[in-house]
Amino acid sequence: MNRRRVVITGIEVIAPGGVGKDRFWDLLSNGRTATRGITFFDPSPFRSQVAAEADFDPYAHGLTPQEIRRMDRAAQFAVVAARTAVADSGLSLDALDPYRVAVAVGSAVGATMGLDQEYRVVSDGGRLDLVDHTYAPPHLYNHMVPSSFATEVAWAVGAQGPSTVVSTGCTSGIDSVGYAAELIREGSADVVVAGSSDAPISPITMACFDAIKATTPRHDEPERASRPFDATRNGFVLGEGAAFFVLEELEAARARGTHVYAEIAGYATRSNAYHMTGLRPDGAEMAEAIRIALDEARLNAGEVDYVNAHGSGTKQNDRHETAAVKRSLGEHAYRTPMSSIKSMVGHSLGAIGSIEIAASALAMEHDVVPPTANLHRPDPECDLDYVPITAREQRTDAVLTVGSGFGGFQSAMVLAAPWRSPR
Amino acid sequence: MSTRTVVTGIGVTAPNGLGTDHWWSATCGGKNGIARITRFDPSAYPAKLAGQVPGFQAEQHLSSRLLPQTDRVTRLSLVAADWALADAGITPADLPDFDMGVMTASSAGGFEFGQGELRNLWARGAGHVSAYQSFAWFYAVNSGQISIRHGMKGPSGVVVSEGAGGLDAIAQARRQIRKGTPLIVTGAVDASICPWGWVGQLATGKLSTSDDPTGAYLPFDRDAAGYVPGEGGAILITEDGEAARARGARVYGEIAGYGATMDPRPGSGREPGLRAAITLALADAALDPAQVDVVFADGAADPAADRTEAEAITAVFGQRAVPVTVPKTMTGRLYSGSGPLDLAAALLAIRDGVIPPTVHIDPCRDYALDLVITAARPATLRTALVLARGAGGFNSAMVVRATH
Repeated sequence: MNRRRVVITGIEVIAPGGVGKDRFWDLLSNGRTATRGITFFDPSPFRSQVAAEADFDPYAHGLTPQEIRRMDRAAQFAVVAARTAVADSGLSLDALDPYRVAVAVGSAVGATMGLDQEYRVVSDGGRLDLVDHTYAPPHLYNHMVPSSFATEVAWAVGAQGPSTVVSTGCTSGIDSVGYAAELIREGSADVVVAGSSDAPISPITMACFDAIKATTPRHDEPERASRPFDATRNGFVLGEGAAFFVLEELEAARARGTHVYAEIAGYATRSNAYHMTGLRPDGAEMAEAIRIALDEARLNAGEVDYVNAHGSGTKQNDRHETAAVKRSLGEHAYRTPMSSIKSMVGHSLGAIGSIEIAASALAMEHDVVPPTANLHRPDPECDLDYVPITAREQRTDAVLTVGSGFGGFQSAMVLAAPWRSPR
Repeated sequence: MSTRTVVTGIGVTAPNGLGTDHWWSATCGGKNGIARITRFDPSAYPAKLAGQVPGFQAEQHLSSRLLPQTDRVTRLSLVAADWALADAGITPADLPDFDMGVMTASSAGGFEFGQGELRNLWARGAGHVSAYQSFAWFYAVNSGQISIRHGMKGPSGVVVSEGAGGLDAIAQARRQIRKGTPLIVTGAVDASICPWGWVGQLATGKLSTSDDPTGAYLPFDRDAAGYVPGEGGAILITEDGEAARARGARVYGEIAGYGATMDPRPGSGREPGLRAAITLALADAALDPAQVDVVFADGAADPAADRTEAEAITAVFGQRAVPVTVPKTMTGRLYSGSGPLDLAAALLAIRDGVIPPTVHIDPCRDYALDLVITAARPATLRTALVLARGAGGFNSAMVVRATH
């Protein structure tokens, strides 16, 4: 039996530095950064005071006042990005059986911004232990249970197939798309509107990452605060955003003659079973995920043209990941460009995996590898080619993108040009 | 697709019984686990009843190192997973680490932990937020902690589809088993009975405001007027059928079919998605409706939702053509925990030849359902259908079948 192959036919990105995939690619390909001092609230009580904020006006993207009130910012990102991705695909979902159209939304922390704001009100600034229900808005439950994001996306695009939120911390954005691809491959859906969204730039998130010193305290040069693989890096920069895709079966996409960005050729997730936040330096579990994703893609390690790194900018991550890539790609690791777009758009937790899939697909589209910004002096223990500062033009037909998250999740996805001949 | 997925272990933490045996005998005996909330003073709130897991002493089961970094929901999950593994006769250390994964569902994560840290933030200041907040409240926490506790490095994940999520997680487990991982710990436990979680649930307007523990949650009753929330759920051990047979495992049954749909957006005039989910699950199991021996219904206890469910069941099976039960009348609705708990009940019902009852209700005749009320009903069972719906339009249906 011929296996069903899954391709990306629509993309939209909402990221710091500009809404829309064209602005996103412009930022990346020019190596500009979108990190800045926090403007959403007074950051002075916090150790880390920088973030990568998206300039997003929900009215400008067609959301109604009621939709804006009931949806957390992350849900707003999701709905706008999903709709635009569908438009980009050229698919008329109304013409399809709605039960064959599925939805998969990744999110690590759901409506954390809305929850933070509403808790402050119902507890009257933390004074009430028995919080006051009479001050709760009717949509509070939608904030509490982020499956509301999947509902909003399904309603927005008219999908009635299997729909869910995939929440695996910072690998959510890869895992939601990987899950979506499996739905098509196994025949449970013909089209999946898949992606992920997070909007975590909120006092509670800043405070919890402060407590474990995961985020950078570098305030003096906020635009240079995110420095993956650099010897001077000292934590990640929190970001926000969303990326959504339309996934279809390859033959169906060909039959309607639509543009195909990339094939989702392989995907795997594994766990380190070690620590909720810690990583063992050998990268063995991420390497296993990479090995299986390549195997599923029927690709040799030597055929990978570009590695889109997790590259969060913590010392622990950068070394773990470098080890994992060496372990899985062998000598080819030294010959393969590997960059972290978190240097430019920050780390948007559950969203970033999908944003990085978008960056990978656009790298294939343009045959340009985005750089790692702010990388001037590599950590001696990180000795791969991290494409410092400047984007690089090169033929890019196969991309490996990886993610690593709290909870121990390690995920890998291989995107490939569907026109490439399988081995 | 010949690989079968079988259930070989069950671990239960439920409001009417802690541990599978206590819960199952309570469930067959019609014992109610719904009562006035004791974990905080509910007097000021319009709803005051919940299904609380009784007598759970986390420190008896978990190390003192784990307690400060875990919400109640994670403690319940870890203990349920321990019990499920023991029930399956699995010692994880004896198995290859990449051959075991964890797929669970969650609705609200570690919500009570989040409540404590939000209070610390707003009442005391940013420097008072726990280092554990970065993971103890988030939705992925239970799968992460179970994988760490048992050294499981295979595919793991978490799905959130409110009340339907527990069945969706089991479907994810089956998917991973079919792709080659021999054992997946799956199911779900939810728990957010704390003031902040209570206010969130009250906001739905769907909670019963009755103070009568036997009259507050009445699905398919003419007096249905909302549901009672509960906490708990079930963790299951699912395995590749061949692997389970090779090790001589006791098998409860097979995950034979699954279907999931979304309701259309409100006001569309289209049919709700539940009937399609049932049809998909039966087709996936290659079964005719007549081969289903019992239906474990979702039982929202909202008149419109009850009608929708009754219409879906009768459209597929005919009027009063199959026994229907809602044992969650004894526990309250456990959000993502309900589907796996009902699945465990279905498997034990098949084993023991008994359908647990839907307690407290006087069925509305208009629904034309053969509801098993008042007391358990003896029956020869081979195949059961479990339904679970989630707020926001999620419909999941799963078929379990005896393997002998």
